[in-house]
Amino acid sequence: MATVELTFSALPAHVRTARLVATAIARRTGVAEAILDEVRLAVGEACSRAVEAHRLHCPGEPVRIELRDDAGRFEVTVTDAAPSEEPKPYVLDVDGAFMPDEMAELGVAVIAGLADDVEVVPGPKGMRIRMSWPASVDGIAAI
Amino acid sequence: MDLKLDHHSEDSLTIVDVEGEIDVYTAPRLRELLIDLVNKGNFHLLVNMEKVDFLDSTGLGVLVGGLKRVRAHDGSLELVCTQERILKIFRITGLTKVFGIYASVEEAKEAHGRDK
Repeated sequence: MATVELTFSALPAHVRTARLVATAIARRTGVAEAILDEVRLAVGEACSRAVEAHRLHCPGEPVRIELRDDAGRFEVTVTDAAPSEEPKPYVLDVDGAFMPDEMAELGVAVIAGLADDVEVVPGPKGMRIRMSWPASVDGIAAI
Repeated sequence: MDLKLDHHSEDSLTIVDVEGEIDVYTAPRLRELLIDLVNKGNFHLLVNMEKVDFLDSTGLGVLVGGLKRVRAHDGSLELVCTQERILKIFRITGLTKVFGIYASVEEAKEAHGRDK
């Protein structure tokens, strides 16, 4: 198992960096090219959500992202330090009249639609979003 | 890639050309532009996303916010998009039911002309 850990200040500009790092490591781990866009988007969503939560609750705390090559899976865990509750199910109001604060739930809905294995663990000390995708079993271990 | 925004009007339709990445960092600029256009009386917007490389839920939120604003003036906000990776996020969120999505600016203009 090879692991890369990244912590970054809760600034929107850093989300792009996190996306790029995750995509590069996913490629090296052997995630299929066709899935890389999904990895990029899902990691971006998780990091965006974390950054927004930190800006509201704890702007000085960094967001943490862990990327692992684990037995044929590429696993990403994004952990924040902002208190959170169970995400409300995203229900589309067909006339588009949902309120802006409900858009936060949209990010988790997008992640659930992109990763085939997702775990969202909210808590008073922060939320952890773990997601994974298939990778080649003999993916490049020396990340 | 950063976000490039441009816009021009054709008859009653305002075409917004977007190029680059729409994410939590850049989406506020698109939001400001849409708000500014609506405040200046442009209530029929067509957002051309053919050169958008990346769109996340923050960008979707901005587009939905723009749609709500124009609808308050009986207006419209429609999209031009053929890229599968961008369309996928609209499908996942069900927003294909909310936005008119066209394959080209010409096609959207024709549909807008019919609806007038």
